Amino acid sequence: MQVSTTVNGVAQSHDVEPRTLLVQYLREACGLTGTKVGCDTSSCGACTVLLDGESVKSCTMFAVQADGGAVTTIEGLAPSDTELHPVQQAFHEKHGLQCGFCTPGMVMAAVSFLEENPNPTEREVRLGLEGNLCRCTGYHNIVQAVLEAAGKMGGGR
Amino acid sequence: MIPAAFEYVRADSADAALAALAEHGDDAKLLAGGMSLIPLMKLRLATPTVLVDVARLTDLSYVRDAGDHVAIGALTRHRDLETSALLAEACPALRGVAAEVGDNQVRHRGTLGGSVAHGDPASDLPAALLALDATFVVRGPGGERTVAAEHFFQGFLETALAPDELLTEIRVPKATGGWNYQKFNRRAQDWAIVGALVVNNGSTRVALVNMAGTPLRARSVEEALAGGASVADAAALAAEGTDAPADLNASPEYREHLARVLVRRALEAAGA
Repeated sequence: MQVSTTVNGVAQSHDVEPRTLLVQYLREACGLTGTKVGCDTSSCGACTVLLDGESVKSCTMFAVQADGGAVTTIEGLAPSDTELHPVQQAFHEKHGLQCGFCTPGMVMAAVSFLEENPNPTEREVRLGLEGNLCRCTGYHNIVQAVLEAAGKMGGGR
Repeated sequence: MIPAAFEYVRADSADAALAALAEHGDDAKLLAGGMSLIPLMKLRLATPTVLVDVARLTDLSYVRDAGDHVAIGALTRHRDLETSALLAEACPALRGVAAEVGDNQVRHRGTLGGSVAHGDPASDLPAALLALDATFVVRGPGGERTVAAEHFFQGFLETALAPDELLTEIRVPKATGGWNYQKFNRRAQDWAIVGALVVNNGSTRVALVNMAGTPLRARSVEEALAGGASVADAAALAAEGTDAPADLNASPEYREHLARVLVRRALEAAGA
């Protein structure tokens, strides 16, 4: 069936089977492979994208459920080709990654979390990212990056 | 993992959802947030041939003050419970338990009605609604009926809902006393290996997560407390009447131990 969405501000319309997962729709129909499939069981959060501004796990949603919605993926965060989103910039500066596989999902989860809680404590950041696993266990710098981004984005303690 | 193929029907009203269920019978499943159903379909443990998507029935998403109880639309998301000022005031235990479900991403999609209708004994909210003496409003071809939480959960993933019925509202008596929820798991966002909820509202109610095929009230603990037993003596009875499952995470014996420990901690923290 036809599934029409706005992905990173661009209208997308693709004829897909109802069982097509949102992450397949994004990667295979839209050609946006920044969103990763990690565990494929809604545990790891690597597939996290924003649907109408809120973080969701795109491996545990059918594309048809997002029909008519606005999706933001990691490709759509940066304001320009020469500038990063503050959360991306903070991950870069605080080295909030090791292998990088969880990073798109971590960044998207962090963006949604900071929207809901612009001024978090370290503990709140850790709880807010509980749905995202880093197999390198690089959590310390990820948390530091999110706290740094909160400060830069106007929240921050 | 790709689910088996299915036909997708998007319901634009409760009546349309009921009509689709009537048409497709046992082959159809209702899809709300999908946080339980989609993983089961991806593992092909569930293979419905028709999915009736009710997630856009926004008229069934609300948290309302209804006098002696709070009325919650079945399609209210966990996130909306977590952030509800009314719930924080009138039923803080339910708000608090909703905030413990899964992770942010799950709470953005998952719904209270979906969790209840799924009837997973390892889920947090069914046990909470049992402790809070909630009532469920169900619509079917013959009209509307209400079912008390204590009669609703009938077995593992089995509820009093008939295949042609739709859960529309959850009514939760106001409960403003002390409460505490102890959720024990290994990974942060996982289901509880065992959970224990204590709610003080006149009497002390204790509910257990993942200690049988359904969520359970720890009646022996409640009766001991009502009879004047100490917290320690009452909590020692927490595994009575349970039928704890064995799985990768825990043996029944370990779960029984956890139930006793977690109930004691929850009773102490709730000021029972």
